[in-house]
Amino acid sequence: MEIEAKHHPMDKYLRADRIPHIWCPGCGLGTALNCFLYALEELNIDPDNLAVVSGIGCTGRIAGYLNVDSYHTTHGRAIPFATGLKLAKPDMKVVVFSGDGDLFAIGGNHFIHAARRNMDMTVLCVNNYNYGMTGGQLAPTTPMEARTTTSPYGNLEHPFNLCHVAAASGAVYVARWTTLHVRRLKESIKEALNKKGFSFVEILSPCPTAYGRRNRSPTGLDMMKYYQEHSVIKHGIDPSEADIEIGGDIIVGKFVDIEKPTFNEMVKELIEKARK
Amino acid sequence: MRVEIKFGGYGGQGIILMGNITARAAVLYDNKNAIFTPSYGPEARGGAASSNVVISDDEIDYPYVTHPDILVVMSQGAYEKFAPLLKDGGKLIVDEDLVKLKNGEGDVAKVAATRIAEEMGKRIVANIVMLGFFTGVTKILSYEAIKKAVLAAVPERFRELNEEALERGYKKGIEWQKE
Amino acid sequence: MKMEVKFYSGNVAAAEGAIAAGCRFFAGYPITPSSEIAEYMSRRLPQVGGIFVQMEDELASMAAILGASWGGLKTMTATSGPGFSLMQENIGLGAMTETPCVVVNVQRAGPSTGMPTLVGQGDVMQSRWGSHGDYELIALSPSSPQECFDLTIRAFNLAEEYRVPTMLLMDESTAHMYEKVVVPPADKIKVVERKRPRVAPEKYLPFKPARNMVPPMACAGEGYRVHVTGLTHDERGYPQTTDPEVQEKLVRRLCDKIRKNERKMRDMEILHMDDAELALISFGISARSSKAAVNRARKKGYKVALIRLKTIWPFPEEYFEKIADDIKNFLVVEINYGQLKYEVERNVGKGRVHHLPKFGGAVHTPEEIYAKIKEVYNGN
Repeated sequence: MEIEAKHHPMDKYLRADRIPHIWCPGCGLGTALNCFLYALEELNIDPDNLAVVSGIGCTGRIAGYLNVDSYHTTHGRAIPFATGLKLAKPDMKVVVFSGDGDLFAIGGNHFIHAARRNMDMTVLCVNNYNYGMTGGQLAPTTPMEARTTTSPYGNLEHPFNLCHVAAASGAVYVARWTTLHVRRLKESIKEALNKKGFSFVEILSPCPTAYGRRNRSPTGLDMMKYYQEHSVIKHGIDPSEADIEIGGDIIVGKFVDIEKPTFNEMVKELIEKARK
Repeated sequence: MRVEIKFGGYGGQGIILMGNITARAAVLYDNKNAIFTPSYGPEARGGAASSNVVISDDEIDYPYVTHPDILVVMSQGAYEKFAPLLKDGGKLIVDEDLVKLKNGEGDVAKVAATRIAEEMGKRIVANIVMLGFFTGVTKILSYEAIKKAVLAAVPERFRELNEEALERGYKKGIEWQKE
Repeated sequence: MKMEVKFYSGNVAAAEGAIAAGCRFFAGYPITPSSEIAEYMSRRLPQVGGIFVQMEDELASMAAILGASWGGLKTMTATSGPGFSLMQENIGLGAMTETPCVVVNVQRAGPSTGMPTLVGQGDVMQSRWGSHGDYELIALSPSSPQECFDLTIRAFNLAEEYRVPTMLLMDESTAHMYEKVVVPPADKIKVVERKRPRVAPEKYLPFKPARNMVPPMACAGEGYRVHVTGLTHDERGYPQTTDPEVQEKLVRRLCDKIRKNERKMRDMEILHMDDAELALISFGISARSSKAAVNRARKKGYKVALIRLKTIWPFPEEYFEKIADDIKNFLVVEINYGQLKYEVERNVGKGRVHHLPKFGGAVHTPEEIYAKIKEVYNGN
């Protein structure tokens, strides 16, 4: 059956001529994108004043669907590209939208250093526990024992707890939600977008095609049900206590919300001083 | 005419600065071409220090000093290492208290640069005394040029001291010339 | 305003050249022998309202200067061998997305960590095709601090005009030597700015070529809502990853905008060509030794010429084809085991292209080049 839609309520933020998107049925990326678009709408963000930067991977394709200045960069390098962009255009809102492998494996060094600097940007990380686009390989977020195409006997590596990494690296805003928590996710993205400094939202998202099939959740619905059964909201908890394990609680909520000077502010002050 | 100058000594004497000031004086205040090449690598470590200057009225193609026309040494090690490189008929300038000459150098210009600096109460300016002596002996640079370059290279509160050091050395150089 | 005479090292001259060209963003990572450029920029840029940031590595430095270039600034990074290797992926992104920027590579002896404090010229080929895939970019090579200043300005101008990452291929010797640099007054320095779109956003095709095959560039926040991707893309900027025709059209243009404009990028010093039987070809520090040797050989009656390349890439193929019949022998002098040599051979034919290599860590002396000139000239 063909679904016919004249337009989407969020069309003004989308490159409608680029739709349909490339994502699989049951994938959470559409939901994640939708939450982001509603956050933009509710904050009344001018699309001409927004730049979205992404790396490589399924999530990396989000930039290409947004009708804003959008940059689809190299694998892992969205954050440093966005760093240059934001420093050159301090008045623009700069968002990095990318996946867990892109941001925390190949790009992990950039993530921790941008957080350390308190670069003024929002990083939205869609975590689907694996490399979806390349066929479901082991990621730095894959839970212990989970099966992927490169851990056929089960994962032997301890995964990153992304929120813990973000908080330890100095992020001023850290939250985690799943694509089941659409309203809370949207509100959290709004808070992150309004936050001065390095804000981070982890979005747990189903990847039934590449990950779920191999881990007893063959459909998007299975994975959403899993989120429903296992998610526990614990605002303000120390993110080091929010590890993700198969069968364990998925702790979600807002973990960090603090203030400190941003790199951009300090660069601006330095220039004012140096020019005198 | 191309003149190649090598300064040699040990680390901490300000040997690199001597080369820098000399070339800077030639370029900025005497309207000549000059190249300064500090020594990097092993030569710059382990106590031995040297710096090299080429001065010319014309364009300088090859920038390095191979056989110096003028060799200024402030340590025994530098003397032993570099004296064999000195061009035939080249001028050797030494700190006479720090370098024990072997035979056969011919016309050596000697000055007690470090002792003079110590008499001024600041051993650190021995290199500037030596630069003054070098200027007086060789006449490659004008005194005005080297003075400007020295004063531009030192912090304001040390200018008087360095100017005096330069002048003392320069006078010794002029005296040496007359002898 | 008049000319100012300065006494700069090559590294400082390159940094001052960048500022004079309008560079207002520098991202870098410390590495010998280029670190003085970063140090100098960290002090100097804020004074002119520019931004300096020390990144976590060279991958990030290169990505950051691309991002800032899309933010509308003229941008630069500086590095040496190992860092240059790390930058290659994003140099490719810069070529694909047609992002103006300048990359300074102060060459040291390699491969790998090699001799960090000593000279090399082994990155000639890497500066052309160090990233994967087919592309062309521009590489300039200065022989003096004066040229570090002048060619950095030219590198920015070419980068802006042709929307391409432009390499300044320096070497440790030129970087660390101090020499006279004449700095013209600001209003006498030619500065080129990237072409901006003149049409309304809804009519703008961000990768549709205009003059010289280069598309006008809309930067972030200007209302054009450009999509920029390293994927093969059409004139709209949209990915087209399964159509070989789109690929051909794009890659052909990316290469041709450099190849077919080679004449406008050509820059070389030519000495004593009129009656020459042997021509030396060199660049960077090696060219200074070559010049001394050529001048000496001329005095001894050898009919020797020097071709000193200031623009290495694109290689002046047309020029070499033209002189190929007039010159009996060629001698390439470079601090590597034969990189530019292959390019000369490709253009004038094998068999009469001689080579005087150095492997890094030392510069040719005029004496050894002179000896080689005699050897080649006398057919030994």
